[in-house]
Amino acid sequence: MTLKIVKPGLATSIQDLGRPGYFHLGIPMGGAMDRLALRAANLLVGNDEGAACLEAAFLGPEIEFTAPATIAVTGATMPVKVDGAEHPGWTAIAVKAGQVLSFGYLKAGARIYIAVSGGIATPPALGSRSTYPIGALGGVDGRAVQAGDELPVGRSAGAPEGRSVPPELRRAVSRPAELRVLPGLYIHRITDEARARFFGEEWQVAPEADRMGVRFRGGSPLDFVPRTPPFGAGSDPSNIVDGCYSYGSIQVPSGTEPIVLHRDAVSGGGYFTIGAVISADMDQIGQLQPHTPVHFIPVSMETALAARAERRAALNRIREALG
Amino acid sequence: MKTRYTFGGDEQVYVEIDEEMSLDAFFVSLSMSNAVRAAKIDGVTEICPANASFQVRFDPDVIAPDEMLSRIKALEAEAEQAEKRLTTRIIEIPVYYQDPWTHETLMRFRERHQDPSGSDLDYAARINGYDDAAGFIAAHHAAPWFVSMVGFVSGLPFLYQLVEREKQLEVPKYLRPRTDTPKLTVGHGGCFACIYSVRGAGGYQMFGITPMPIYDPEQKVGYLKDFMVFFKPGDIVKWKPISREEHDRIEAEVAAGTYFPRIAEVEFDLDAWNADIAGTNAKLMEALDDA
Repeated sequence: MTLKIVKPGLATSIQDLGRPGYFHLGIPMGGAMDRLALRAANLLVGNDEGAACLEAAFLGPEIEFTAPATIAVTGATMPVKVDGAEHPGWTAIAVKAGQVLSFGYLKAGARIYIAVSGGIATPPALGSRSTYPIGALGGVDGRAVQAGDELPVGRSAGAPEGRSVPPELRRAVSRPAELRVLPGLYIHRITDEARARFFGEEWQVAPEADRMGVRFRGGSPLDFVPRTPPFGAGSDPSNIVDGCYSYGSIQVPSGTEPIVLHRDAVSGGGYFTIGAVISADMDQIGQLQPHTPVHFIPVSMETALAARAERRAALNRIREALG
Repeated sequence: MKTRYTFGGDEQVYVEIDEEMSLDAFFVSLSMSNAVRAAKIDGVTEICPANASFQVRFDPDVIAPDEMLSRIKALEAEAEQAEKRLTTRIIEIPVYYQDPWTHETLMRFRERHQDPSGSDLDYAARINGYDDAAGFIAAHHAAPWFVSMVGFVSGLPFLYQLVEREKQLEVPKYLRPRTDTPKLTVGHGGCFACIYSVRGAGGYQMFGITPMPIYDPEQKVGYLKDFMVFFKPGDIVKWKPISREEHDRIEAEVAAGTYFPRIAEVEFDLDAWNADIAGTNAKLMEALDDA
């Protein structure tokens, strides 16, 4: 069977859990920005957790099914419609050949994940179907989906309809959102006062938010510790000799607007970073809408690991609920 | 050099060998990242050497971050004592300097440049003390360059010239990054050259273009059939200035699948290079004569 893309939405791409192992060549891991939502969508339709789904940001696509299947939509809150009739999110839905999936307006969050039983079966590149448009890898010929695409779907034994992820296991973004950060990397480049302000002030998600990273505005510019620029770094106080970037790391070019690097980020560059958002909160970044108020909360490694264990436990509860 | 260890969140260890760029720092970064790879530590998912630093990505569910950090630290002494010698390859990369495509692009983004009155090469020549662009171009391809990092985007090499620090060519990046850079532009920012592997945004000054693809996700280019990325850290590059005619001829050969770059295997010994820079460089470049 295939998924016929009638309307592509705004930024809809094929994603799975990404292609680790090539970062040293400038090829990022990629994959779903909200990994838990992608795993849950796959579990609902009886797929491997890492099967390829559609990730759609802000506006849902319109899709026609050429054969019966089980589908599920997770992640952001966006009314799910099959031939115009509304269905719940985070729930397995049976669709028939010829039926059309469409969406209402986004109500909360930013990205939905659409899983179909069997998984999207476009050709993998470097071990993943995730779309990385800069490097023309994965997806449909290395790009996002377009109207007229027919996406192949793998075979499936089928999955029962009606199963649902319990509401308490669906993570909602709080308002203001809280992103926990492990300070480190090049944070010594800014003054203690700048550091205290960065973590004390409220920031807003800027409209420049995509799979590479999310920019923030609204806080005070950061003051740097004076220095003689190290050879090769560049003259701006925010410059370093180009190095690797960590996933989730927060760079602040010229000390003005922080950018949190996400799954399709550049693998390195010449800006200092003040630490990285902890792994437990990376999914949440994928669900931030522009203008959302955000607080960056400094935490210890111990807290980061406890939060990570909590996320893993939540995933296990979803697995058990759908097992 | 003072090695600094820090965590990048709960999944990365970042090791800065030195704040400033030097071949010594690069060699320590490369040998330490090689040592981490050789140690086959459970839980390590990515090892990424950079110019004067490197990063190890790991799964904290498999290995605790503190344990990861101490395993890497334990390799430092060993790496510092390792011979700074490398069996590598020197590659001749044809460059069409002052080409029409980067020229069109730099004119389009002139208001983002430090000196809107001239070209990127005019500016680079002036601030590096050369009379004109030709003098700067001659210095650019006179000595070979080391690939000290691959990254930013798919397969993009950062290169560091094998000359004394006082002879290093240095230029700032654009005041504001461009939203467009032609594919295969030879660029320069700080003390680093680069080749833009794909078309896209960029902040480096633009000096020319190579007709030789260095990244091919479809793996159709003859010399990229085995792997889609051409460069790896430790490669040595010799730029070869070419004319428009040569550019077009190579481009046609690439399309026909008959182009193969000139490559020779070489030994690079950092101590020997420090002792005799000109002589070591001459020997490296001579290796290409037989390629």
